[in-house]
Amino acid sequence: MTSERVGASPPRVGGHQRVTGHQRYVADIRLPNELHAKLVKLPVARARIIGIDTSAAQGIPGVKLVMTAADLPQPVPRFGPQFEDRPVLAVDETKYDGDAVALVAADTKDAAEEAAGLVKVSYEELPAVFTIALALDPAAPLVQDPQLRPGDPLGDTNVLREHRVGWGDVDAAPADLVIENRYTFPIVTHFAIEPHAFMAAPDGDGIAVWSSIQHPYWLQRVLAQVLALPLAKVRVFAPDPGGAFGGKQHAKYEPLVAFAALKAGRPVRLTLSLEETFQAARRTAAEIRVRTGLSSAGRLTFQDIEANYLIGAYADIADRVTGKGSYPGCGPYRLPAARIVARSVLSHTPPATAMRGFGNPEVNWAVESNLTEAALALGIDPLELRLRNLAGKGEAFIPFDTPADGEWEQTVRRAAELVGWETTKPPGHGRGIAIGIKSGPTTGLSYSMVRLLADGSAIVYAGTSDMGQGARTILAQIAGDELGAPLDEVTVVMGDTAVVPYDQQTSASRSSVLMGNAVLQACREIQAKLRDMAAKLHGVSQEAIVVERGVVRLADQELRIREILRSGLGRLGGELIGIGESRKEDDPGHPLGGSAAFFEFNCTAIEAEVDRETGDIRILRHVTVSDVGKALNPLQVRMQDEGAAIMGLGHTLMEHYIFDDSGRIRNLGAIDYRIPTSLDLPVELRSEMVENSDGPGPYGAKGMSEGALLCVAPAVAAAVRDATGVAIRDLPLTPERVWRALQEAAT
Amino acid sequence: MTKLLPIELTVNGSARSLDVAPHHTLLDVLRDELGLTGTKECCLVGECGACTVRLNGRIVDSCLVLAVEADGGEVATIEGLAPPGHLSRLQQSFLDEGAVQCGYCTPGQVLAADDLLRRNPRPTVAEIQEGLAGNLCRCACYEQITQAVLATSRAASDDL
Repeated sequence: MTSERVGASPPRVGGHQRVTGHQRYVADIRLPNELHAKLVKLPVARARIIGIDTSAAQGIPGVKLVMTAADLPQPVPRFGPQFEDRPVLAVDETKYDGDAVALVAADTKDAAEEAAGLVKVSYEELPAVFTIALALDPAAPLVQDPQLRPGDPLGDTNVLREHRVGWGDVDAAPADLVIENRYTFPIVTHFAIEPHAFMAAPDGDGIAVWSSIQHPYWLQRVLAQVLALPLAKVRVFAPDPGGAFGGKQHAKYEPLVAFAALKAGRPVRLTLSLEETFQAARRTAAEIRVRTGLSSAGRLTFQDIEANYLIGAYADIADRVTGKGSYPGCGPYRLPAARIVARSVLSHTPPATAMRGFGNPEVNWAVESNLTEAALALGIDPLELRLRNLAGKGEAFIPFDTPADGEWEQTVRRAAELVGWETTKPPGHGRGIAIGIKSGPTTGLSYSMVRLLADGSAIVYAGTSDMGQGARTILAQIAGDELGAPLDEVTVVMGDTAVVPYDQQTSASRSSVLMGNAVLQACREIQAKLRDMAAKLHGVSQEAIVVERGVVRLADQELRIREILRSGLGRLGGELIGIGESRKEDDPGHPLGGSAAFFEFNCTAIEAEVDRETGDIRILRHVTVSDVGKALNPLQVRMQDEGAAIMGLGHTLMEHYIFDDSGRIRNLGAIDYRIPTSLDLPVELRSEMVENSDGPGPYGAKGMSEGALLCVAPAVAAAVRDATGVAIRDLPLTPERVWRALQEAAT
Repeated sequence: MTKLLPIELTVNGSARSLDVAPHHTLLDVLRDELGLTGTKECCLVGECGACTVRLNGRIVDSCLVLAVEADGGEVATIEGLAPPGHLSRLQQSFLDEGAVQCGYCTPGQVLAADDLLRRNPRPTVAEIQEGLAGNLCRCACYEQITQAVLATSRAASDDL
């Protein structure tokens, strides 16, 4: 049992089902009498819809429903986590490649597909903007109808919102050296191996919806609103997603599928193709200009950052990505003056949303790369420059936010040591180092209920989504440890809003901390009841009894919790129930609406060589070290860090969307859009964690899962620069781009 | 209506007679007709490996095989790798080494690794990485998958 406790790495809860093929993802669940749906889309990004002729589609045998915006309540309901800007189906105009204009539902997939191809849409292609430069042109067509944000001074531009944050006086700050550069970060996508899948079915006088979603309670709220139903009549089932990475946080087609099911009076299923997932969710792209001021001694004097984030035609959560991602953009450094201006720029491209790192990797790429340039210009070692400016624990490096919450120098020094920073490099090799930081959740609310059953086994109810990060295992370990139950006697119930208490969301690496604390609190409530029970049974005062981590201690003996239960529950049996509630309150005066619950802190160090003939980068050593406070399950920490590191190599080396002149994604799907495979790994990948038990979560844990992705790109680019002398400021670092840069430098 | 064609398959050791549409893939039939949803659907162009099954002794992307092409064939899916309630040594190694995160690619990874070990019982790291390059894992537990294959290989040779 020791190997199952908090701090150990027992096999994943739910792992057995996953290796035997019995894990049921949404697409694996079948409902009796279900209809299969297919979306109708146009072959251009932006078009005026002139008319839709559904008659041929209706004539296909088995077709039960062809739905357009005209079949929805009028005005067509709009939804979105930040702005209610996205219509359930395109109204009058499509705004991006993949914007659905109709839904066909039929008895079979074949009939739905055939009929979808027969829906005749007459349309006129309209001028559109696909890049930041075009969208910001004063003559650019407006992506969003200004009536959606009346009174907004930016309403007649494509800037959805501008975020300004800063301190000190940047313009008056002295500097011996100013380094200014412009960096770009491309559009990349989540590419979860499970494509988004949705089902909806009439459920009495309400609706039941299945979705591969990270935030089932947020979805429940959205559905209740667009369907005008009470929350209690909207039941969301959220089976464990098959990977999400932020791309499954918010409602996509669930409202549409729900309307279709209500109209058809039958269950309706919609499973996106991988290509359609590219059109449904992607990361914000960015163009970032950075001016960094330093003294000749290598002290930072100011950072001046202008970050334009390219978001899509509908906001989804992307404006929050812009604001929250750019906010800690200056990094974990002591800094007298900072100015960050970040804009969410609307475009006729698929909606951008959250993606692992949440807007931080974009600005981190720019700022950390600029720091490397500054170090080289000053003749100071890039590691030394960072250490010279790094905030010490407790320092308010962002003056109005949570002070530095870790011994960060340990992390940086360990990464440097592991990559062999001080050792002699073989000829042709280059090394780079970079630091990533991200604000954890700024608000949070998680409830949990734990039931300790009569035989000592336990059920944990947690509204977290286990999308691969291993939340089931972590929460089961906490409850098992506290209540003295072996892991195979703990059941974690998730993914049903009618059964499991509310959880705000599964994002920002929050669940081990916020839900972990809620589960811990629920267990503590049960322990208090056990103490009461033991006191009565043994005729002693409660003060004489300690209940902790599975055992009940009396003055003269130590009993297992289940022994107390057996006698204490009495003849009727029953159970002990604990409720936990974990809150991170908002702060309306804070630029982000709340301070960071914790920071994710990572240092990545790379050793690489570059093939000058092909431009190919070979990563020889990739070191990633994260400050995690306390690893509740070290193996899962390692898996998350290494997975994040490799995902980071994707946007660093190979991933990007390519658009044609009509705004269509040319490299849609797995053949033309490459993600890292087992052949793209670093020759050596080393991940380590720093543990000082100084986090706000259970046993001193901090959130983690995104940190190791944040600064991969600047570390790799720095290694390339070290190896070749050439700085590249646009991602991805494809062989062609590297080769061209080397050729240019040679002429 | 599309004319259906009769086919015979042996799936995980059981004989199955089916009438299938000529354009339906082996993946369609396994998931939709036989309810074997352990075989996953993702890219449908033979790039991701999520739909890997064993057909007549070699692994295939079942999204690229028409069901009629499999007529008369023997198919093994993830559900048939070990008796109910049991795990093969490879499956156990996947759990022990942390080679499973979200799990969606796992059935394909396990079948591809199983095939690799049948052909090459003592693979090197490079051979494993080459052999599993057709199976994408976005959670990217490639290192752990490699370790799981190595551990299985070592355990098998210890038995000799």
